[in-house]
Amino acid sequence: MPVSVTNSRLIYEALKACDIKIVSALPETWLVHLLRMADEDPDMTLVRVAKEEESVGISAGAHLAGVNSAMLMQNHGFLAAINPIVSLAMLYKIPLLMLISQRGHWGEKDPWQTQGGLVTEPILRALNIPTWHLTNPADVPRRIKDAQTLALASHHPVAVLLTRELMWED
Amino acid sequence: MMLREDALRAIYPHLEERIVVTIMGAVAAELYTLGHRHNFFYLEHAMGMASSMGLGIALAMPQEKVIVLDGDGSLLMNLGTLSTMARYKPRNLLHIVFDNESLLSVGGFPTATSTGTDLAGIARASGIPQVMEAETPESLNAAVAQALESNMLTTIVAKVAAIGPKTFHMDLPLLENRFQFKRSLEARK
Repeated sequence: MPVSVTNSRLIYEALKACDIKIVSALPETWLVHLLRMADEDPDMTLVRVAKEEESVGISAGAHLAGVNSAMLMQNHGFLAAINPIVSLAMLYKIPLLMLISQRGHWGEKDPWQTQGGLVTEPILRALNIPTWHLTNPADVPRRIKDAQTLALASHHPVAVLLTRELMWED
Repeated sequence: MMLREDALRAIYPHLEERIVVTIMGAVAAELYTLGHRHNFFYLEHAMGMASSMGLGIALAMPQEKVIVLDGDGSLLMNLGTLSTMARYKPRNLLHIVFDNESLLSVGGFPTATSTGTDLAGIARASGIPQVMEAETPESLNAAVAQALESNMLTTIVAKVAAIGPKTFHMDLPLLENRFQFKRSLEARK
């Protein structure tokens, strides 16, 4: 599978360095190694949700209980989770660390991914969610830590877009 | 038919010291009126998310019992939560669903439970290890006591009348509740 194991490991180690204890996710191809790493880590609780909305609730609960969490999802999952992002996380000033695989963007071959790819960034901007495009492996630890720091300080969701350049090897 | 207000009064002693997450509307207003506590969180929007929040808290604080007060309209918006809770089966999570067969807070429109959808059946089929039903405040109280004693993920579906308080007003700003609740959870660590 051409999903980068090396860069997935870098991202996972960055989450560990952020003291993330709960990862909720809806499985998808680009996240396969990250999910396996979380699943195999006895110090990590991986929650496989049925729909990404649930992840907002899980992260909100974890935050109020004083535990750091992260959400892993595809950009279409982000689109599916918008109402609770707005009417739970933003309404109640809950920080969210969202790692979003950016399908349907530069280099996308699958037509069905492209509509979501086209609207992801405009919607993040419309929601005023600070967003970083993660492309360079060397940036991974710093940018994920920075994203968490900003989320916690601003009590607001932040998004790290996992790009094809970082996640896919072909 | 059982009034939710009487149901809440009957189980209040079980709620008083525990971490409680409620849905919006009548449940929140009635629990608040019975006696607000800093360990009660009222999710005033984001329908369907109360049980997911309860799951997040239960996983983050395995030493504490977490009680979610859900409703039929909210649960129907997030049925996947039953399969997710059942997958991880946190022993410290009790999920109570007040089923009034109505979207009462938004105008009283009948939900699918009014035409036969069986939430207890869906919970069982989703794999929730213990599912109970209650029709009276006494039977609800007994079910809650059993669930807390059994130390097993439980869903209790309590049929209640579609009658709510005169007003949903609570003299508690959302953010005050949120920060109060977080502090009260942190104090338990």
